[in-house]
Amino acid sequence: MTRTMLTGNAAAAWGARLAEACYVPAFPITPQTEIIETLAGWFADGSMRGRFVTLDSEHSMMTAAGAAAAAGVRTFAATSSQGLLYAMEVLYTVAGWRVPFVLVNVSRGLSAPITLGPDHNDVLAARDSGFIQLHAETCQEVLDSILMAYRIAEDDRVSVPVLVNLDGFFLSFTREPVELPDPEEVRRFLAAPESRPPGFSASRPAARGVAVLEGPTYSYFRYQLHLAVEQARVVHEEAAEEFERRFGRRHGMIDGYQLDDAETVLIMAGSFATKGRAAVDRWRAEGRRVGLLRLRMIRPWPTAELAAALSGRKAVAVLDQDLAPGLGGILFQEVAAVLARCPVRPSILRSFVGGLGGKEISRAEFDHVLQVTEQAGPNEGPVGPVLLMTAREAEQVGQRLRIAGHVPEEALP
Amino acid sequence: MKVTREHYRSVKDLPSAEFVAPGSPLCAGCGGLTTLRLFHKVLGGKVVVVNAAGCMTLMATYPFTPLRSSWLYTTMASPSAGAQGLRDALDILIESGRLPADENLEVLVLAGDGSTIDMGLSSTSGAIHRGLNFWYLCYDNEAYGNTGFQASPASPLGSLTATSPLGTPWSKKDIFEIWRSHRPPYVATISPHDAVDLAEKIERARPLCGPKLFVSLATCPPGWGFEPAMGDELAKLAIETGIWPLKEATDGSIRHTFIPEHRRPVEAYLEPQRRYRHLFHPDRRDDVIAAIQAAVDRYWDAAIASERC
Repeated sequence: MTRTMLTGNAAAAWGARLAEACYVPAFPITPQTEIIETLAGWFADGSMRGRFVTLDSEHSMMTAAGAAAAAGVRTFAATSSQGLLYAMEVLYTVAGWRVPFVLVNVSRGLSAPITLGPDHNDVLAARDSGFIQLHAETCQEVLDSILMAYRIAEDDRVSVPVLVNLDGFFLSFTREPVELPDPEEVRRFLAAPESRPPGFSASRPAARGVAVLEGPTYSYFRYQLHLAVEQARVVHEEAAEEFERRFGRRHGMIDGYQLDDAETVLIMAGSFATKGRAAVDRWRAEGRRVGLLRLRMIRPWPTAELAAALSGRKAVAVLDQDLAPGLGGILFQEVAAVLARCPVRPSILRSFVGGLGGKEISRAEFDHVLQVTEQAGPNEGPVGPVLLMTAREAEQVGQRLRIAGHVPEEALP
Repeated sequence: MKVTREHYRSVKDLPSAEFVAPGSPLCAGCGGLTTLRLFHKVLGGKVVVVNAAGCMTLMATYPFTPLRSSWLYTTMASPSAGAQGLRDALDILIESGRLPADENLEVLVLAGDGSTIDMGLSSTSGAIHRGLNFWYLCYDNEAYGNTGFQASPASPLGSLTATSPLGTPWSKKDIFEIWRSHRPPYVATISPHDAVDLAEKIERARPLCGPKLFVSLATCPPGWGFEPAMGDELAKLAIETGIWPLKEATDGSIRHTFIPEHRRPVEAYLEPQRRYRHLFHPDRRDDVIAAIQAAVDRYWDAAIASERC
């Protein structure tokens, strides 16, 4: 075990290296580039064995990754934002092939307008593809999640690809102390590649992705995919247990902070949850009973864990870093769906949208979240999401609109 | 005029093994299926077919397949990337000793003209550029056949399709030249009518490492509008009129493997097909027929001139 300073991107590359992934089809996109550049260097100097191949697009890259995984080779891929969307067709295809590999997404807002800053609309667009989704908060968790991801993906009960998400810039380029697990221990944690038979060979002809022209058979295969993703809950818990035993760190499907006696729960995902923890510390210092719940696993959706963690609370606020136009916060909707089935559900449930395109979420905005949530009346019916933006930021936007010749509309809260 | 053949003199010399069994949901008289059957026969059984969405996707419908080889269906735009992942993975497995060398497979992309020339061109261009060691077979029925015969960039000038009901206003994209410009070791055109020429070309390509690309004129009874029994006759007429030149390019140098000495007029090929009926009935469209003939003549004048020098 070594402790070193790594960016989130470098931690992702180390995850692939320690897992001894031996195939990396690559296509660059900001802010993921550091991952593939690091891997390219390791394949070049012999630290990693196998093949690193530059592809012509994310669509091709994802196809090559799926095909290599179908052939039985441990494969790693990474992308971001528009690249994930460009490959979206193939995400559904390779999940349908039921092949295990790990895809890292370095999340970034979507065009248009084009931007580099992070939010979760890219990765959440993949939520129904069949990929399992793990969302990391720290650089350490990026590395650990990749190791756990191979373990889950390659389990015969699952056999679907896993996506590990980290926030662009805030995590991709932030250097944090990271413990590099001992390679021998990782080898013991992950199944040996030799234990998986090659998917295609001369004496064992096989077919994948064969056309199915009747609804019942199609329904069967789609539902099998659903059951496999569901099965990942069990496999994840087993993997988490063994991971903790070997490496001393435990990663759950959800991650609670100051939850025990919390009356109000703030729900977040990704690296901004660290800011949420700081807000909780401040509120706790003021004597307010607030806790944070971070969603680490988003597919399969941690329904039972959420229900158990939220049952009996007074209020829940979901802070989405995504926006589904015409609906609102995506995770809010999914949390609300869980609570609708809770016998003792919180009477207050509020939705906030913040941090889009890497926009900072300030102390004042966190305070606004708490204030709105605590002042909300119980069962007050559907309320649209509150867009978080400070007066200063709103004035900045107004200034730009005026420079560009637009008369600012009264769209900002 | 035919070139000297090194491996096969007549169809009797072709291997007897079959890897495409009888029975599939494909159309009767499909020239593409005949091409695949012949191609597979000569290439051998140790093959994984990487298929792009198209007519041939319906060849294997779960749980049935006429293929005795392996099959991977990819998206319409990325069969060559699928071939890349498979080839690389098979090489890794062999190098690491997980797969014995005699279990190795040839990777064969099977795609229609739509995928080949439109959506899939980017991934194939990338694969050729990277020198991927794979086979590519395009069955060119000159339209999006699987969806009901809409115009593709392979649809020839004047031909009727579901989306060019007045006749296609453009000429075919020249996929042979697009591929050749990437400088792969081998590119060829083939025809289901000439099995020996097809087989000979596979053997010439076999020792070459890198992209080996083939485009076959896939006669299409429902799309072109002719009786299935007439398929071979039309494929033959395409060669005899000079509309479908049989050629190859080894390391970029082109040679024709059959040069029709007296080319038949293009009408002989056009008139039996429903997709060209509007050129003959109710009024004869001499302008369009002449334009098609002129393009063929121009092609052969240039080809013959360059091969003589």
